[in-house]
Amino acid sequence: MNWLELIGRNVITGLSNVGTAMLLIWQTIKQLKMLNIWHVLQQMAHLGVDSLPIISLTLLFAGGVMTLQITDVLITYGAQSTVGGLMAVAMGRELGPILVGVVLAGRVGAAITAEIGTMKVTEQIDALRVMAVDPIGYLVVPRVVACMIMVPILAFYGVAIGIAGGYFVATAIKGLAPATYLDSIQIFSTVSDFTLGLIKSSVFGAVIALVGAYKGMHTKMGAEAVGFSTTSSVVTSIILVFVLNYFLSTLLF
Amino acid sequence: MIELRDVVVAYDTRVILDSVNLTIQDGETLVILGGSGSGKSTLLRLLIGLQRPTSGQIIVDGVDVTTLSEEEFNKVRQKMGMVFQYSALFDSMSVGENVAFGLREHTTLSDDEIMRIVSERLGWVGLSGYESYMPNELSGGMKKRVSLARAIALDPTLILYDEPSSGLDPITSGTISMLIRGMQERLGCTSIVVTHDMQSAFYVADRIALLDKGQFIEVSKTEDFKHSPNPKVQQFIHGEAEAIDIVTRRDI
Repeated sequence: MNWLELIGRNVITGLSNVGTAMLLIWQTIKQLKMLNIWHVLQQMAHLGVDSLPIISLTLLFAGGVMTLQITDVLITYGAQSTVGGLMAVAMGRELGPILVGVVLAGRVGAAITAEIGTMKVTEQIDALRVMAVDPIGYLVVPRVVACMIMVPILAFYGVAIGIAGGYFVATAIKGLAPATYLDSIQIFSTVSDFTLGLIKSSVFGAVIALVGAYKGMHTKMGAEAVGFSTTSSVVTSIILVFVLNYFLSTLLF
Repeated sequence: MIELRDVVVAYDTRVILDSVNLTIQDGETLVILGGSGSGKSTLLRLLIGLQRPTSGQIIVDGVDVTTLSEEEFNKVRQKMGMVFQYSALFDSMSVGENVAFGLREHTTLSDDEIMRIVSERLGWVGLSGYESYMPNELSGGMKKRVSLARAIALDPTLILYDEPSSGLDPITSGTISMLIRGMQERLGCTSIVVTHDMQSAFYVADRIALLDKGQFIEVSKTEDFKHSPNPKVQQFIHGEAEAIDIVTRRDI
């Protein structure tokens, strides 16, 4: 195979994958009218609530380390009164949504792909179709809706934990007065810093669930294939979260 | 009645089913035999709409199902049940939930009525009281029986069995064969069984069809099939191996 054929084949495969992914999105939108609230709640508990410990730990330490790095610099320039505000804006706009997105791409995206991929390999998805149940309506739609609701909630929680981590480091380790940190949040940050961050998180939630479901539904046969799909799902979701974050930030802020 | 008219399934240059024609009468049990890769499972997947043919028609009760959309096919599927080779039970659900699945999705029956039907169907397959078990707590034969109970929950008019006795010991395999025959007598439904198990085939079949290289080379009543003069049929019945050239290292 010469290089021209190789490029051609990769372009065709790439376009075909994009087309299939678009089809999945369209079918998911079409199936929204059949939404089963009970299934959504189950997924919200399973995918969302169970992620609280990992979000808490990740964002607490991320907030702490960021404060650790910036406080000394800001104190040097006499800008210690901006530490809290800087943390709140950074967490609300970027760090919160993107860190929660990345963590959930690893935890939730992988779980969705592994579950749906195993169902594919063990013919359970065929069994759904045989029983006249649309696998997209039954498996994909509740997960997408649950992620679109739960990821912003987790991001909001994560932002609060991150700011709290920063507060602890700034006051207990760097000796900043608690009031300085808290007042600075009120002065420098606005409500839109947080709400627009949550809009981004909702988009990340949809992306994580859709990529997870797509990779699961297109798992090839065999146990090894499930592992391959899961890895691919996590990598794709993380890349998409970073790329989309740039464009959404450009658009929203 | 089900009719297959000039059904072809091909991938690129590989032909799986080559202009297949077959008629299956209401209420009969047809066993489809054939070697590995002969297209037996593909045929089942076509009948239940998991796969569409490259060309040809599949007529189910007068309707050409190859032209139906997925939503339209779902209405036809509600009259069908399928027992998968590896059972394909939903492993996140209990046995009772597996059997109740179709009833919950497609009927407005009360929970009590659904549980009554679930208990009844599990009783029919000899698994009364197993409602709360999870699939991973069951043996292979028990999983097959739960799969059968799930397939008959909505009183189908057609049941498809994909290798129902594969991976089972001869006694369990015999039990499954008895259940297939029993379901046919109890429900009066049409059954299509894909199998390699000759003993099971002779026990359950009204007619037997032998698929070879994507074509039916024999379709006849069970007794006629046993005495068919076709050498391929006799080879299959007696399990005679086909001679292949084995090249050893010494020959090279």
